[in-house]
Amino acid sequence: MTLDSKVPSGPLAEKWDSHKFASKLVNPANRRKHTVIIVGTGLAGASAASSLGELGYNVLSFCIQDSPRRAHSIAAQGGINAAKNYQNDGDSIYRLFYDTIKGGDYRAREANVYRLAQVSVNIIDQCVAQGVPFAREYGGQLDNRSFGGAQVSRTFYARGQTGQQLLLGAYQSMQRQVARGQVKQFPNREMLDLVLINGQARGIIVRNLVTGQLERYVADAVCLATGGYGTAYYLSTNAVGSNVTASWRAHKRGALFANPCFTQIHPTCIPVSGEDQSKLTLMSESLRNDGRVWVPKNTGDKRRAADIPESERDYYLERKYPSFGNLVPRDVASRNAKQVCDEGRGVGETGLAVYLDFKDAIQRLGHDVVAARYGNLFEMYEKITGEDPYTVPMRMYPAIHYAMGGLWVDYNLMSNVPGLHVLGEANFSDHGANRLGASALMQGLADGYFVIPYTLAHYIAGTKVEKVTTDHDAFKEAENSVQDRINKVLAVKGTKTPRELHRQLGRLLWDDVGMARNEAGLKKALATIPKLREEFWQNVAVPGDANNLNKNLEYAGRVADYLEFAELLALDALTRTESCGGHFREESQTPEGEAQRDDAHFSHVSAWEFQGVGKTPTLHKEPLVFEEVHPSQRSYK
Amino acid sequence: MKIHLKVWRQAGPTAHGQFVNYTAENVSPHMSFLEMLDVVNEGLIRKGQEAIAFDSDCREGICGTCGFMVSGIPHGPEPHTTVCQLHMRKFKDGDALTLEPWRSKGFPVLRDLIVDRSAFDRIIQAGGYTSVNTGGAQDANAILIGRDTAEAAMDSAACIGCGACVAACKNASAALFTSAKITHLSLLPQGQVERGTRVLNMVERMDMEGFGSCSNEGECEAVCPKGISLRNIATMNREYWKAILSS
Ligand SMILES: Cc1cc2nc3c(=O)[nH]c(=O)nc-3n(C[C@H](O)[C@H](O)[C@H](O)COP(=O)(O)OP(=O)(O)OC[C@H]3O[C@@H](n4cnc5c(N)ncnc54)[C@H](O)[C@@H]3O)c2cc1C
Ligand code: FES
Repeated sequence: MTLDSKVPSGPLAEKWDSHKFASKLVNPANRRKHTVIIVGTGLAGASAASSLGELGYNVLSFCIQDSPRRAHSIAAQGGINAAKNYQNDGDSIYRLFYDTIKGGDYRAREANVYRLAQVSVNIIDQCVAQGVPFAREYGGQLDNRSFGGAQVSRTFYARGQTGQQLLLGAYQSMQRQVARGQVKQFPNREMLDLVLINGQARGIIVRNLVTGQLERYVADAVCLATGGYGTAYYLSTNAVGSNVTASWRAHKRGALFANPCFTQIHPTCIPVSGEDQSKLTLMSESLRNDGRVWVPKNTGDKRRAADIPESERDYYLERKYPSFGNLVPRDVASRNAKQVCDEGRGVGETGLAVYLDFKDAIQRLGHDVVAARYGNLFEMYEKITGEDPYTVPMRMYPAIHYAMGGLWVDYNLMSNVPGLHVLGEANFSDHGANRLGASALMQGLADGYFVIPYTLAHYIAGTKVEKVTTDHDAFKEAENSVQDRINKVLAVKGTKTPRELHRQLGRLLWDDVGMARNEAGLKKALATIPKLREEFWQNVAVPGDANNLNKNLEYAGRVADYLEFAELLALDALTRTESCGGHFREESQTPEGEAQRDDAHFSHVSAWEFQGVGKTPTLHKEPLVFEEVHPSQRSYK
Repeated sequence: MKIHLKVWRQAGPTAHGQFVNYTAENVSPHMSFLEMLDVVNEGLIRKGQEAIAFDSDCREGICGTCGFMVSGIPHGPEPHTTVCQLHMRKFKDGDALTLEPWRSKGFPVLRDLIVDRSAFDRIIQAGGYTSVNTGGAQDANAILIGRDTAEAAMDSAACIGCGACVAACKNASAALFTSAKITHLSLLPQGQVERGTRVLNMVERMDMEGFGSCSNEGECEAVCPKGISLRNIATMNREYWKAILSS
């Protein structure tokens, strides 16, 4: 199989325009004859559903929550990037493109990233037109902040609830199309299989999570916008219902999975406090704009923060990275936190935390300014930990946060399976080996509002699809295989809960496929995962039946998929012996301990083809060609 | 800690429900309320019994998925806090709590503590948006909006649609939810074009869904995890009469 990225020829800045012009169109009167399935209603799915509905396609929209408005995107706090240059501080489309390519450690496709930067400006216009209440200056113009190590202020935000407001904007647009009959929405549905007919993605099998019934839906094309797979690690900042199931089942039907080992660890999360913890809470990266990160200079210093004099504190990010200081990119900040904790200088009960201190900011800016900037985050922190960050420094530790890897797509956001398009966090395309803060929201909305309306039209206009109904044998076969798997899970009647197995898997992944990876650890993980999977199928406990609302059954199905997916994650990490971005191989570091890329051998996308559970998948490589930027060693010194 | 729970169990929408007693043992004060329930459920599952059905997703107080009554109060006793953000350090050893689903005609019970809130989607479908298609929007800074106005709109837009307001109201009114969206959009220039039709259609839909009418009890504001103010309802009423008079 050769992977054709379909990147158009021509100068970088003109590729998208010329591609749009070269793309085929669907006549407005014909659009209603075409049905599109969109799985997922986060920023990517909701924006795609509303835009395609407005254009006149019949859209069928699915999500696992009880309302599309509750998709995981709702939890994003910090903001969304756009190259508006409203602050006159030197931003441009080119700079956003460059920062994203560099931030991704030169493991993303140039053409995709450039397009992302180009359409970023339209996103803000669109959202404002919808009534998204972004933060404003006194003169009425939009406010911006600098975010996640960017040296320009290009991040738009709505308090600490940017994801919520952007998602509600997209959701409301989608509800308007529901009212017009252009979009039919199916909440409480979980996609459990992809249906292929003549090699084309033509439908899905979903389980109605309220009645338990399996349902079949047919369309001309299928879009997956089902989010990332961070929850494979059990503890993560993702919503607890986030999962890899839709992507994984599509993978099992032939869609290639790209760069699964590119996972992002967010440096500022509230540390783990107990065994029964179900998720980790992120504290927005914007806190690093004013908070200072430190640990005691001496190992084993158990004094309270207030009792440690300045001279015995190590502001290690400011010390090691004088020009970026506390604002180094996420991977660098996370790795350094791990390092100081490994040295025995971590703080708090577990020693697995570093301080994020606002004392100086409060002195410099005053309590009120700090409260205005971060009040809701401080409140959230206090709710969870019972400590007051105005007087005691916050304790922070890294946690799994985002998946750069995902299903492989070409420039049109289409996977290698004709008709199967993948949007948002579920695809692998734009962030390389590390995503910059405030760029996931941008990508989700770019894909849904401004890319898929063009590229899907091109696919529909240029493709002949057989007229079929859900009685087609392929639907029967897929439904039967889903039913078999559910029956199999219920038949085990073991004694271990899905949560216990998931927690075990998560711990293993965090230890051996987490912040720092090495050959021995990865081989250990690869040997252990199949055993855990076997244990699942021997001993999982799922009481009740499949004919009604059964949360534990849903969960068990997802855990079963993590147990298959985890092996691919570890294998990809083992195969990529270089360090890059969020993927840190201990064997590959610079003398200063920074990630050492190996462009000679790894300047490619690793796209894996499924060969069967427990069988070694086939690796396909898409070479990354840099025409515009010259890959260099990232330096934030 | 040990916590005694009396939990509403109902197998399905049409099934007969009843309270069942459980005890949560070894509860740590660091746990969230839902983590405490997770542990109870783990125990049930290991015994081959069906877990207590409750819903949650973000567990950060923003998605609005979670929510049930804790001893008569939506989301429990802590102000401005969803039940997923409620921590067990707020309770003491030996406390006895009653857990029930939202009770309202507009929110039929699906199972145990889970209700059907799709009525809220339909209220938004009736007009909770600006009718702009993707593409063709003017430059974002061409619309100037004063900071205070933007902040006030954000105060209303912060609603998470959890339904606590309905559950707290003796009339099971959805006025707080509906008015928050109406207020958000009526404050902004972008919302002006459809201002009148929006309020008329959304209020009509709200009534059709079987929610009661508002008699200014204020219970909704008191339990709202996001502190959505009663002033939104006053705005909605004003907008409504203005629209009636001018139509
Ligand atoms: C705490 C937190 C804060 C963040 N803050 C920021 C930020 O400030 N800026 C930024 O740019 N990014 C941020 N991110 C990242 C960003 O929020 C996500 O990457 C982005 O929202 C993903 O959007 P999406 O549309 O791809 O998927 P999601 O929003 O994850 O939506 C997935 C959708 O798929 C559906 N789904 C999933 N599986 C199935 C299935 N099997 N069947 C049917 N439906 C299914 C779900 O119901 C849901 O509707 C943050 C992430 C977290 C966790
Ligand atoms: S689970 Fe999201 S608000 Fe409680």
